[in-house]
Amino acid sequence: MVPVDHYLWLSLALFTIGVIGVLTRRNVIIILMSIELILNAVNINLVAFSHMFGSVDGQVFAIFIITDAAAEAAVGLGIILAFFRNRETLLADEMDMLKW
Amino acid sequence: MGLNSILFYFFAALAVVSAILMVTRRNVVHGAVYLITTLLATAGVFLLLQAEFLFITQVILYVGGIMVLFVFVIMLVNLDVSLLQYQFNRQRFVAGVLALALAAQLFIVIKMGKTSLFPQARVPEVLPKNTEAVADALFGRFMLPFEIASILLLVAMIGAVVMAKRRV
Repeated sequence: MVPVDHYLWLSLALFTIGVIGVLTRRNVIIILMSIELILNAVNINLVAFSHMFGSVDGQVFAIFIITDAAAEAAVGLGIILAFFRNRETLLADEMDMLKW
Repeated sequence: MGLNSILFYFFAALAVVSAILMVTRRNVVHGAVYLITTLLATAGVFLLLQAEFLFITQVILYVGGIMVLFVFVIMLVNLDVSLLQYQFNRQRFVAGVLALALAAQLFIVIKMGKTSLFPQARVPEVLPKNTEAVADALFGRFMLPFEIASILLLVAMIGAVVMAKRRV
């Protein structure tokens, strides 16, 4: 039987790696993938607590988070496609069209 | 140490190592493959936690759906130039320190709240059949959030089509 806090450590490690990826990488697609990693880390927490309390509410919330991740990936990749058509680049620091 | 624990530590190590590789790779396609490995390892953790429905949802939806979308877009926008550019931005050191500070805070919270944060576990002897229980909750108490999620998916679909159109 694995204690609950070991699931939290795993979740913390994945979350931190995801945050580092979002903050330090320049490639927009890698940034989007790191966000997916962060959402996934949250899911581990929810499912671990759901198992600990013997209730499925956490799993239902994890399903909603997966739905949200799918919607976010679809819209985000659409924005990346539109951006790439206009500027021929994928670097996040070139995304300054709204900057005055 | 039982088989359950060995499998958990195996999946956890696999997930963390491939997540680190995903964030550091230069080639985006390699990053996508490592992210798939992380997601599959997480699916294994879900299976160990007796969340069978979420396990199969993770495999079909994340690995089979979202990641195919990612690889498809990577193929559409692939640039050989981007392999030669520097991969990390200017504020990488500050950002790394801030991320580690956030991790340290969460570490201290989990470490100190170990007794007070987690009340006594109440795992029943026989868990209900997972898929039935999830469906019961999803179509019973969580009916309204379920409908709102379907509207969210519709809006995302329209948004993706509008964004990817050649001329608006």
